Amino acid sequence: MKFFNHLTFGQYVPSESLVHSLDPRCKIISVLVLLTGIFVVKHPAVFALWGVLLGCITAAARLPFRLVLRSAKPVLILVLFTASIHIFFTEGDPLLQVGFIRITRQGLVMAAYMGLRLLFLVLFASFLTLTTRPMELADGLERLFSPFVRFGFPAHELAMMMTIALRFIPTLLDETDRIMRAQLARGASFDRGGLWKRLKAFLPVLIPLFVIVFQRAEDLAVAMEARCYRGGAGRTRMYPLCWEKKDTAALGAVLTLVVLLVIGDRRLFF
Amino acid sequence: MSIKAVNLGHTYHPGTPLETCALKNISFEFDRGTWFSVAGHTGSGKSTLAQHLNGLLLPMEGQVWVDGMEVKEKSRSLQEIRRKVGLVFQYPEQQLFAETVYDEIAFAPRNWGVPENEIPQRVNLAMEQAGLEKNCLKRSPFNLSGGEKRKAAIASVLSSVPDYLVLDEPTAGLDSYSRKELTSLLVRLRSEGMGILLVTHDLDIALQFSDSILVLQGGTQVVWKKPQAVLEHLQANPVPGLKLPDIAQLSAALREKGKNVPLTWQWKCLKTALFGEK
Ligand SMILES: Nc1ncnc2c1ncn2[C@@H]1O[C@H](COP(=O)(O)OP(=O)(O)O)[C@@H](O)[C@H]1O
Ligand SMILES: [Mg+2]
Repeated sequence: MKFFNHLTFGQYVPSESLVHSLDPRCKIISVLVLLTGIFVVKHPAVFALWGVLLGCITAAARLPFRLVLRSAKPVLILVLFTASIHIFFTEGDPLLQVGFIRITRQGLVMAAYMGLRLLFLVLFASFLTLTTRPMELADGLERLFSPFVRFGFPAHELAMMMTIALRFIPTLLDETDRIMRAQLARGASFDRGGLWKRLKAFLPVLIPLFVIVFQRAEDLAVAMEARCYRGGAGRTRMYPLCWEKKDTAALGAVLTLVVLLVIGDRRLFF
Repeated sequence: MSIKAVNLGHTYHPGTPLETCALKNISFEFDRGTWFSVAGHTGSGKSTLAQHLNGLLLPMEGQVWVDGMEVKEKSRSLQEIRRKVGLVFQYPEQQLFAETVYDEIAFAPRNWGVPENEIPQRVNLAMEQAGLEKNCLKRSPFNLSGGEKRKAAIASVLSSVPDYLVLDEPTAGLDSYSRKELTSLLVRLRSEGMGILLVTHDLDIALQFSDSILVLQGGTQVVWKKPQAVLEHLQANPVPGLKLPDIAQLSAALREKGKNVPLTWQWKCLKTALFGEK
């Protein structure tokens, strides 16, 4: 019995692949480009090409395809919700009418588009967290935002907060899991009774969890102070980011592909 | 009346890159009224094993039987098994949540549906067994001292009146006095007919009190025997990360030098062999 599975949260999965070894900045920009592309494209054939591209990146990252798909599980409800809204609330040529519920052709098409878009969005975005260590990710973001520091943008602080939050998500999931087990061993049950009863059953989990979280936060703050942490100014890095030729190549390839797909989409569509 | 494991195996995250085989082919059996220890280095699978005995983890290979009931998914006896087999997690004080120590200890019996008028008795008995002072009852469990917290957490499991008690490294982080208190509590419970399973990496305690010991290494079973036989096995085939007690090392070194002493972990036994009866 396992209550949380790290992998469903798009956690980093180590592997020796090209995608893993790219500079985080390259990956962040590439994902942004891909996501923009997904929102622009409209033709079904191009959607199929997104699917192919997804398969290619999965192979290049040496990840099992199932694992990538599984990272979309938490947002599946959102996808279905969006799709059903479009099915039921789009005006157009009616295909089916039962009482006040009317399904239109345009509605079905829109539902498929929006559902697929969201799905691709999540799947492509999940590559970022699947193939990049949280630390690298935060590093990359800090560097990307560093030009705005002169305007007072707290790039380092934000990156540090993000690093800490990301770093503690798996730990806290583990702790939650452990505490739930400990309470189960004392006869607690989390899946019986009505909603109120179930919510109340979580108190014996939440209270110890809060105690642990605050304890950890305090420990961490003391540890940071003990090592003279004083923010980003003048701070050097143990592993400085370094932009290599393969990063330029990868970003170039992604850009070209997306531009081609968008142009192709325009041609097919009009 | 026993707990039995047959060829038990468990793998975390099967079919993913994080796949870890935590247990493989583990078999043992121990009765009520006996003390069974599981010893091994960190990561050898001790905690994983402990959680199989009350159905928190279900066997992926092999079986676990508790008093003739198999631990299986959706089995109706799972709740009954959880009541029979009390499990004290590592650092159990981290599970404390209630407003008062009384409510904390009453949590388990209330969950098992014990009538409210019998609960004060249960709480009193559990507190006495765990050696917790009466004046703690109305205090918040968060204001107790470290040792008292540990006792309160153990009392909160004892209040289920389990037939078996599984403890995962219960002595970790305790001072030597609290450690002695805890082992004498376990000895007392055993004499009252409870089955004790102690998970530990401290061979000293395991050898001293157990009726039988299982040694794990990297998820596999090294040896499951009586303490003396386990000591002899470990002396001949050392397991990395498991340190033999000082006396055992001393007696082994003396034997190597040709002294006629038994291989033992008991100072008394070694002293008698060296200096004769006094
Ligand atoms: N929840 C878990 N998810 C994945 N792997 C785990 C989990 N718990 C333990 N493991 C792995 O299983 C092995 C055995 O762990 P554990 O049973 O905790 O050993 P021990 O209690 O002897 O230190 C270790 O390699 C550990 O990394
Ligand atoms: Mg452990």
